[in-house]
Amino acid sequence: MAEPILSVRNLQTQFAAQEGVVHAVDGVDFDVFEGRTLGVVGESGCGKSVTARSILGIVESPGRVVGGQILLRPAKGGAPIDLLTLSPKAMRDIRGPEIALVFQEPMASFSQYYTIGNQITEAIRLHMGMDANAARARAIDLLDMVGVPQPSRRVDEYPFQLSGGLRQRVMIAMALACDPRVLIADEPTTALDVTTQAQILDLLRELQQKRGLAIILITHDMGVIAEMAHDVAVMYLGRAVETGPVGEIFSSPKHPYTRALLRSIPTVLAKPRTRLPTIAGSIPHPFNRPTGCPYHPRCSEIITGLCETAEPPAVGEASREVRCFLHGGRP
Amino acid sequence: MIAFLLRRLALGVMTIWLISVLSFVIIQLPPGDFVDAYIAQLASSGSSVSAEEAQAMRLQYGLGQPFYVQYGKWISRVVVGDFGESMEWRRPVTQVIGDRLWLTLLLSLGALIVTWTLALPIGIYSAVRQYSVADYIFTLVGFIGIAVPNFLMALIIMYFAFKFFGASVGGLFSAEFAMAPWSWAKAWDLAKHLPLPAVILALGGTAQLIRIMRANLLDELRRPYVVTARAKGLSETRVILKYPVRAALNPFASNIAYLFPYLVSGSIIISIVLGLPTVGPLLVKSLVAQDMFLAGTIVLLLGVLTVVGTFISDLVLMWVDPRLRHQMD
Repeated sequence: MAEPILSVRNLQTQFAAQEGVVHAVDGVDFDVFEGRTLGVVGESGCGKSVTARSILGIVESPGRVVGGQILLRPAKGGAPIDLLTLSPKAMRDIRGPEIALVFQEPMASFSQYYTIGNQITEAIRLHMGMDANAARARAIDLLDMVGVPQPSRRVDEYPFQLSGGLRQRVMIAMALACDPRVLIADEPTTALDVTTQAQILDLLRELQQKRGLAIILITHDMGVIAEMAHDVAVMYLGRAVETGPVGEIFSSPKHPYTRALLRSIPTVLAKPRTRLPTIAGSIPHPFNRPTGCPYHPRCSEIITGLCETAEPPAVGEASREVRCFLHGGRP
Repeated sequence: MIAFLLRRLALGVMTIWLISVLSFVIIQLPPGDFVDAYIAQLASSGSSVSAEEAQAMRLQYGLGQPFYVQYGKWISRVVVGDFGESMEWRRPVTQVIGDRLWLTLLLSLGALIVTWTLALPIGIYSAVRQYSVADYIFTLVGFIGIAVPNFLMALIIMYFAFKFFGASVGGLFSAEFAMAPWSWAKAWDLAKHLPLPAVILALGGTAQLIRIMRANLLDELRRPYVVTARAKGLSETRVILKYPVRAALNPFASNIAYLFPYLVSGSIIISIVLGLPTVGPLLVKSLVAQDMFLAGTIVLLLGVLTVVGTFISDLVLMWVDPRLRHQMD
């Protein structure tokens, strides 16, 4: 396989609170390739969104990236650069032209005080050095590309004048404004109804085929993963517990957590009126992180005496890793 | 939009009319009338008024008539611009008020400018650098500013100005200009005297507005659209000034309406303490003397200012908030 465009290595992001330090992202590894989609999946609070923000260097205080590497392969070729070593100024030139972000709540993620045209063109003018007219023409083209009807009229409208689906299309147009190579979509369809969801996912896939975009798709929805992702990283408590190609993750999941997630997908083949299996327990409070394997208190296949004390290392080849003692790595 | 503005205008006129009725009622509420107050005042200085004279005065000012007749006579002249004659000063009300109205407006406007130029940047700084040393200092100073009555502040500043600089800070004019007709020299003299009372008047409001701005901006800084702006690669200064500050300005705009009457009524005590020739002290005196036409006119003017302030604040709000603009259409 080709070189990854973006590699995350042992990423660690912490939030210092008065009660202690929260390890929101605690050693995440994954690779993203051109023209492919990496699905990052996990329950709420597992550190998916913080991972996305860490990559862009926009983690909000008191959060801080404390370790690891975020390696971006330059467009011109050459050795990968570690984004964590860049100056704030250099990092701002990454945001937009190299890596862009699509957010979960299209309503809250726009300012209601400026037209969508204004909010799209500011990035174009900043990074591409276009004048106001050229930037406006580009914004209209972008709106047209993401399927916004009557783009030359819509460009002067405010976000509150658009429907939820249109707003998310505009959000995607805004993210693509400066031709990024990597697009991070953080739960892009969660706030939308099912039909609109399907349209937005289609749009993302179409844009990926046209432009060879690398997409990191963050979701808690295994259905979305099955439909969209080429590769999958399953996250639990700030850690990627299993990674691999989407087919293998679905056909032969290794980590008990992945298996539990897959069992809890509703299927039309299930017997009517049976309960959907759920994962026992809930995500531990961030301040009471379990020792050993973080999943052991909820695990049905716990190896008593081992999982509570030792942390399982990642085993397997780079494209198919799992962190579980059932699959090796015992001390 | 036009229809909305016309409706607001009509409502404003109605409000002013109601204020005129209310102010007339309130002025009449204390027992007795101007003649009683006049007799009492004369009696305290040793002279007296005969019953016939008192009766003649009551007749002259129409004080014996029922309330609605008095009000009707007054208001029908007010609408053609004749505000009647001050009973105490025995001169037309417009002459008595004279420059005082414009000086009051000027002082309030000065205080408003001071308030905004101080409160906006300090509020923004305090929110962006929450819990920094400077934030704590501004907070402390701000609370002192809110807690200390501004007339006390005026007294303290007067004391120190006199003690250390030998300067008298009272009044808006130097002695030689106080009675002089308007000239460039007099205007310059006013410009030199205006800043200090404007700053004193502005202190309380500034402290309040800093708190409002800080709280609003802290709210807005945590909104997702701020993260969106950062993700576009804008510089942090640009992000903050363009997005959350803009949203936090809304309450500032609606605050204009309240700030104006607050400044005018707040200036009464300060004007008395600092000896400023504004309408404030005049209003107090006219109320004590039950000088109805003078008091009524001043209250009416303040009412008009408040209504105009509200109207301006509505316009500014519509200008800054596109959502409001679109609700109108």
